[in-house]
Amino acid sequence: MTAILAQAEGFFRDRGTGDGSCVERNGFCPSWIADNLDRYVGRPLLEHVELVVVSVTAGFAIAFALALLARRRRWLAAPIGQVTAVLYTIPSIAAFFLLLPFTGRGFLTAVIALTAYTLVILFRNIMTGLDNVPAEARDAGLGMGLTPRQLLWRVELPLAVPEIMAGLRIATTTTVGLATLAFFAGAGGLGETIYADLRFKSNVVMAGGVAVLLAVLADALLLGIQRLSTPWTRAVAR
Amino acid sequence: MSLPLAALGEFGDAVQFLFQSRESQAGGAEVGGAQIWGLVLDHLRLSAVALLAAIAVAVPAGLVLGHTGRFGFLAINLSNVGRAVPTLALVAFLVAFLGVGFWNVTFALVLLAIPPILTNTYTGVRQVDPEMVDAARGQGMTGAQVLGRVELPLALPLLTDGVRISTVNVIATATLAPLAGASSLGDPIVSFGVYGDTGRLAGSLLVAALAIGADAGIAALRRALTPRGLRLTAST
Repeated sequence: MTAILAQAEGFFRDRGTGDGSCVERNGFCPSWIADNLDRYVGRPLLEHVELVVVSVTAGFAIAFALALLARRRRWLAAPIGQVTAVLYTIPSIAAFFLLLPFTGRGFLTAVIALTAYTLVILFRNIMTGLDNVPAEARDAGLGMGLTPRQLLWRVELPLAVPEIMAGLRIATTTTVGLATLAFFAGAGGLGETIYADLRFKSNVVMAGGVAVLLAVLADALLLGIQRLSTPWTRAVAR
Repeated sequence: MSLPLAALGEFGDAVQFLFQSRESQAGGAEVGGAQIWGLVLDHLRLSAVALLAAIAVAVPAGLVLGHTGRFGFLAINLSNVGRAVPTLALVAFLVAFLGVGFWNVTFALVLLAIPPILTNTYTGVRQVDPEMVDAARGQGMTGAQVLGRVELPLALPLLTDGVRISTVNVIATATLAPLAGASSLGDPIVSFGVYGDTGRLAGSLLVAALAIGADAGIAALRRALTPRGLRLTAST
């Protein structure tokens, strides 16, 4: 406890110049924030975005491969679902330190843990999306002479897009939140900024606010992509 | 005992840390052994208090909203909003504005635990077959009786899922409690200088075991709580 307090005092001095009295009183200081904007939208934000993009992309690739495998060998679906669920249960801070003896501190350790957390939701949604493709659509495709591979890419996957995108959106917002803990693995991100001065209101509100904003923007972006990629759902809705 | 543990390398050392106390790296006080099991108790107490408070707030609110069908948009989107707020930001926010202490950490954990329970309770009540509700009303049940004897039992599986999500989240986030001045298994993780690599690894092992154990325990509870009539139709 004393160690943490000492650390907090150290960062207190690090608040730098600006509206001295406001910082001194530990208020919410717009002018200090304007002067120190690069603490939030600079390197920490870039690191954060990088962690999220790499982890979700890797998670999607793995979950997609696992889903295709589970569709070919049906008995694998249940064990894959259970293993990914257990992975998701391990608290991320614990996971970072449990990986430390193998991968050391840094970006890779954080990405491995964050990737593991996306698997359960992505795998589940890709499976549900593919399973919910109407049998008539599949029959029509087969009747047109499509091979199983063509059927997957031209009929089943496009019809599964809404479910898959729903999973991607949840996985992305969750990862934005979890990536704030990635600094425990030595991977930086917005969490490092929060942790640097936990008691300074301006700092906590700004760093936390940027993280929430990032989650909301990423969610809106994915929703936009989903709308654009499935024009037929809009036609039906009208 | 020592030979297989040695074969596990750093992990074996960490397991040994759980059963044998040693002098802390900073010198002075003993860490490990009985001391770390005290932290387990602190961790469990903090998590349990927060969860019970969250259940006491979220379940009645979810039941009433689900029963009346009002504020559905709010009830459903609450968990989406909750997901977007990083747990570290939530804890830091309360530290900055309310200060440190056991009850402030508990408050942060309660805020974290409410959305999944509320959303799942609401959804659980809403997905009850309207014909069953009609049948209950036809038998002359009052609104409160319909809620207590029909909707609540049928909503229990989903409600329990919400509690399960929140429990895992709370146990994970209670690790951050030392940042806000409350003792938990996060101590060996945050106070690295005192516990060293081994203590930190031991703490991580215990946090992971607690989360997985609680998850499995609630999954078993869910099976026991599912009404028999539902077990026949449910595929899982």
